[in-house]
Amino acid sequence: MNWEIVIGLETHAQLSTASKMFSGASTAFGAPPNTQASAVDIALPGVLPVANKGAVERAIRFGLAVGGEKVINRRSVFARKNYFYPDLPKGYQISQYELPIVKGGEIRILTKSGEKTIRLTRAHLEEDAGKSLHEDFQDMSGIDLNRAGVPLLEIVSEPDMRSAEEAVAYAKALHALVRWIDICDGNMQEGSFRCDANVSVRRPGAPLGTRREIKNLNSFRFLQEAIEYEAKWQIETLEDGGKIEQATVLFDSDTGETRAMRTKEDAHDYRYFPDPDLLPLEVSEAWITEIQEDLPELPGARRQRFMSECGLSEYDATVLTANQEIGDYFEGMARHSLADGEAPNSLNFKLCANWAINKVAAKLNEEKLKDEGFPSWKFGVDSETSGYILRCVREGVINNKVADDLFSEFWSEARQPGYEAHGGFPERVDELIKERGLSQISDLGAIEKIVDNVLAANAKQVEDYRGGKEKAFNSLVGQVMKATQGKANPAQVNEILKRKLTG
Amino acid sequence: MLNASLKELSAALAQRKISSVELTQLFLDRIEKLNPAINAFITVDAEKSLAQARTADERIAKNRAQPLAGIPVAHKDIFVTQGWPTTCGSKILSNFIGPYDAHVIERFNDAGAVILGKTNMDEFAMGSSSETSFYGPVKNPWGQAYVPGGSSGGSAAAIAARMAPAATGTDTGGSIRQPAALSGLSGLKPTYGLVSRYGMIAFASSLDQGGPMAKSAEDLALLLNVMAGFDARDSTSSERAREDYVRDLEKPLAGLRIGVPKEHFGEGLAADVGQAVEAALEQIEKLGARRVPIGLPNSGLSVPAYYVIAPAEASSNLSRFDGVRYGHRAKEYRDLADMYRRTRAEGFGAEVRRRILIGTYVLSHGYYDAYYLKAQKIRRLIAQDFVEAFKQCDVVMGPTSPTVAFKIGAKAADPVQMYLNDIYTIPANLAGLPGMSIPCGFGRDNLPVGLHIVGNYFAEARMLNVAHQYQKATDWHKREPAGIHL
Repeated sequence: MNWEIVIGLETHAQLSTASKMFSGASTAFGAPPNTQASAVDIALPGVLPVANKGAVERAIRFGLAVGGEKVINRRSVFARKNYFYPDLPKGYQISQYELPIVKGGEIRILTKSGEKTIRLTRAHLEEDAGKSLHEDFQDMSGIDLNRAGVPLLEIVSEPDMRSAEEAVAYAKALHALVRWIDICDGNMQEGSFRCDANVSVRRPGAPLGTRREIKNLNSFRFLQEAIEYEAKWQIETLEDGGKIEQATVLFDSDTGETRAMRTKEDAHDYRYFPDPDLLPLEVSEAWITEIQEDLPELPGARRQRFMSECGLSEYDATVLTANQEIGDYFEGMARHSLADGEAPNSLNFKLCANWAINKVAAKLNEEKLKDEGFPSWKFGVDSETSGYILRCVREGVINNKVADDLFSEFWSEARQPGYEAHGGFPERVDELIKERGLSQISDLGAIEKIVDNVLAANAKQVEDYRGGKEKAFNSLVGQVMKATQGKANPAQVNEILKRKLTG
Repeated sequence: MLNASLKELSAALAQRKISSVELTQLFLDRIEKLNPAINAFITVDAEKSLAQARTADERIAKNRAQPLAGIPVAHKDIFVTQGWPTTCGSKILSNFIGPYDAHVIERFNDAGAVILGKTNMDEFAMGSSSETSFYGPVKNPWGQAYVPGGSSGGSAAAIAARMAPAATGTDTGGSIRQPAALSGLSGLKPTYGLVSRYGMIAFASSLDQGGPMAKSAEDLALLLNVMAGFDARDSTSSERAREDYVRDLEKPLAGLRIGVPKEHFGEGLAADVGQAVEAALEQIEKLGARRVPIGLPNSGLSVPAYYVIAPAEASSNLSRFDGVRYGHRAKEYRDLADMYRRTRAEGFGAEVRRRILIGTYVLSHGYYDAYYLKAQKIRRLIAQDFVEAFKQCDVVMGPTSPTVAFKIGAKAADPVQMYLNDIYTIPANLAGLPGMSIPCGFGRDNLPVGLHIVGNYFAEARMLNVAHQYQKATDWHKREPAGIHL
């Protein structure tokens, strides 16, 4: 009998404000310990929190992006989550509990079996805690409060995912979105985007099983590995006749295993109650409208446009809206690949889409840069240059092979240590074509002559072909291309060869 | 000078009849003599005060002085004061030196006033007798066997014993008004949000409000002019135009409607207090006001509601006192949990611990709805009572406290009896309304009685006007404790 894995994610996205959620201290990463902790952050007696408007605005942007104005709570309430820990200076974290700023919304993901909608439960504003440092202090712990009070948006999904792949697809889509709408830098190494995964297993159709929560997964790979390990462990436990106990677990990336940190018995009673130091957060219609107008085109709308205006397939449109960068790349290419005076057209769009997906995205995949979260979208070749190379192909100046070679050469060059991005790639395309004589041979007479020579020198293949061996044709094409150093127009070579062989 | 009003002191300073240094020294000497017996001050720092006085004198010399320039004011030790120990009456902050100035302190500094010292108080403002202080109980200058009221009892006793011309206090359930009543003073708790809470160590954030304590309503008006005003650092601070609270003091009271709630004259009210308050109401009627009987039907629920909400907030507000970053930390402990346990057990007194426990309990899973939510509902009902009342009257009057001052130790063993002291004052905190207490006579053992006045939101100017007119017609506020005046 099968098992079904059920996954829900809680994601903490650090909002990209210059100052903290409730104080004026800087949020910049990497400062010496406790140099960015104000009186409010270290919770001196008598200090009070003041909500950061920029953080609220970013939360609203998120809400609008995942569900429109209907998911924005016009009135939300900051609540205190009470517990003692040395890196929690006030003895409580200011969060939102009963009334979060965003309720509902959805994220669409692409899986092997097609598109899927993951529902969001809520998204709420809260402040981060500080950091305990257990090394470098003999018999003591150090506390760094630079991170205390940093604004977070906690995004909670419904348990809608059924595999580690789906969970990763969701996390990636969310990651792309928060960067797309410019509310979070998405830097996973610095902890700007981290996930907790709630995992349970059940027999299909059975009620939800007991879940365990894997804390603080800060890479897509860890997310995948942790869920896979955890689900396997739960299935084995159950199949061995054991029971799953509700627990919070940690993932050890060195061993690839999860282990329980605390169980339900020692779960905190956080004693949430509305924070009397902060008034309920009231959001006006005018403010929502203002933020709405400032939003960029969102993934869904762009995907729709790529299909209706550019004539792309659903698959291509979905891949090209997985994040903003790849879509921007596609659009940049489409602008720069048109011949003089040529109107945008679906053939060109299709060629650009293929290029962006099969060359650019593939290269990044190959480099595994995509999964690092950041800096994931450093292109080796910019869209203008790619567009120009494609234009050269489309105008018949070079053939596809030369185009491929140039693209790969530029890309590798950009990956050399010490390389600094520079402009002028399109000019270099022209220079190299000229310098290396890469221009396609389109002189029919010249090609015909070479074809004649090849046919003369390969009587056996000619005979084979005429005898019905189709394969021999390809070999002859290869010979011609070789003789032209790859510069002949393959379509013309095909045509001439066919004519001569059948004529 | 010791009995002079703030207006008189200001004039004397402006006319160079006395310098701020001389005036400050006068009160410092007074403190040196009387404080060992009264215990009104936790910290006095003559050098700091005199340095401020010298600066004030320079400002006065340049004729650039504001009304309170050069006048010494004592501050409840709940206001964080830069460079001054700020203890909140607790052992847990016994080693804490203020690293910044509370908004209220800033305002007095900007006005050129002199910080005369930090006054004693119930630990973390939790109490109605000023007995729970780590620094020992405060004595009532009207009879040293009696409590001065609390929690702002140090401020009250300091003024009553003429060790300070004026002081600040804070009021969460009556902590300005009740000690004002028991010590024969005038005290005002402004509308919630009028005075910034920034730098005022929180007890119950939704109820706490700082305010002035002095000998007369006129003095209160001058002090409130300094204290009131918007502060962006306090999200609950009210963003409204500044007012001059002195402006309306001289308005006649003709046509004033006084709401008298029957609930505040029933069982539990001592006869001597009732008689003095009744006489005061008659006096105010003579000034042109008329009495309107009103009801505050939910008034009886205010003490139980308060003793859910205030401890709930306190239990969370006091979590920051954990021995990690500042304040007292236990010397020996086994691990982190033990460090917290010992630090807080050693650092907090019994009453504070009791309220943290109550607060933790009422917020706990499974009890929240039954206690905290229900208390919040009662709170809305109480506020609604006042909305109805103010349709019929301009101010509500009654006794501030059910009895005159009680003996030190008399109620220490019975917290509920102690809590009932604030039965008349708590409703104004729950509703966020301004309330004040002014002296209106004497009761048993020649101890002062306070008249409680509650106004509508931001009606401080009107309340001060009423109180001032009453004080022009009476001299209760000018009486001073016998045997204290040297």
